[in-house]
Amino acid sequence: MSEKKKDELLNDHNHDGVDRRGFLKCMAWAGTGAFCVIKGGVLNSYSLSRVSEVSTADMMGELSFVQISDSHMGFNKPANPDVAGTLKAAVNKINGLSATPEFMLHTGDISHLSKPEEFDTVDQILKSAKPKDVFYVPGEHDVLNDDGRQFLERYGKGSKGGGWYSFDKKGVHFVGLVNVMNLKAGGLGTLGHDQLEWLEDDVKHLKHSTSIVVFAHIPLWSVYPEWGWGTDDSVQALAYLKKFGSVTVLNGHIHQTMQKVEGNVTFHTAASTAFPQPAPGKADSPGPMKVPAEQLKSVLGITDVNYIQGKHALAVVDSSLV
Amino acid sequence: MRRSVSIAGLAAALVLGTLGFGAVQRGYVANAQEKMSTMEVKIDNFSFGPVTLTVPVGTTVTWINRDDIPHTVVSTDDSKTFKSKVLDTDEKFSSTFSKAGTYPYFCSIHPKMTGKVIVQ
Repeated sequence: MSEKKKDELLNDHNHDGVDRRGFLKCMAWAGTGAFCVIKGGVLNSYSLSRVSEVSTADMMGELSFVQISDSHMGFNKPANPDVAGTLKAAVNKINGLSATPEFMLHTGDISHLSKPEEFDTVDQILKSAKPKDVFYVPGEHDVLNDDGRQFLERYGKGSKGGGWYSFDKKGVHFVGLVNVMNLKAGGLGTLGHDQLEWLEDDVKHLKHSTSIVVFAHIPLWSVYPEWGWGTDDSVQALAYLKKFGSVTVLNGHIHQTMQKVEGNVTFHTAASTAFPQPAPGKADSPGPMKVPAEQLKSVLGITDVNYIQGKHALAVVDSSLV
Repeated sequence: MRRSVSIAGLAAALVLGTLGFGAVQRGYVANAQEKMSTMEVKIDNFSFGPVTLTVPVGTTVTWINRDDIPHTVVSTDDSKTFKSKVLDTDEKFSSTFSKAGTYPYFCSIHPKMTGKVIVQ
């Protein structure tokens, strides 16, 4: 096993078990392709190239899929005047993976303004990806003007209510949730009573040993409520998943990679394929962040996920578009 | 005959002149009224500016999006008084307030963005 970079908890000034300096250092690496996780206060980071060396055998798992997010087709401001180009680069990255993923998850903000031509363009670009099946959940940019009618028509076949659904792949249970509808003033993302009832029922009879993957647009944990980066009623959803030994939550919305491990739940947010956003509190607002053109692809990315039977957690690896 | 024509001409000129002057006068008053009864809220950096706007009854409030991200303006009072379409950068939305009251609103895409129009 080649050496792993590992940072111990050196500075715990806030007495909350988080070494912020170490975490920020890791987040800087995330832009150039790193996998970071805080586990019980200890931050572990693995440079991407080392992960692929180390875990080639591990990567030959039962199931692999890719998460992409926040393609914002139609966005054309200075932060990225060519979001179609960077989405194509993401597809090339996916097609270049050593093992072709079985399918893709898109965690929302497919379009920027819910325009038909924007959805059409994304569909067209994703046609050239090797994984042919794509599962979607909407972002708030996908349900403008029509309460999500267009999104449901395009991507919601077989879904319930506002577009939630579940499916199984090789024994792993996937749940797509919608937390961008009926948002209340001053609030965060919201799942709503009907969806929570459906979720409780959906997982009720599953064996505790079933691996669960939940995907939704807005983070299901409180990343930064001041910027709306959280979900009002996700605690209830997570309560229904408490009995499972392995739960992976995949989100988008914040346009940067972030990880949190809480007991049996690993939360992970993906980078955008369109434009980055500032780290929590590092700017006045969570708007598109401009970076020098030559650095843009290093702060956009895809997430490769592998399930190996018998392993507790899914192997989640982010890579940038560079 | 020439005198009657000239008198008629003078009368016509006077009438036209009065009409013209009246129109100019009305136009001037109307502009002043417009200036007083239109107020602007600027949307930028995921916030409404000013957050609270106090206006007299009859004012038309215009929201203009100066952010590089789209936003909406949706009232949250019981009667859902106004609701804009999605506003991309530089797009505007206006609503005229003909009744006194407090009108809270938010951006339905980014619900943390809230504002208020107080009409007195």
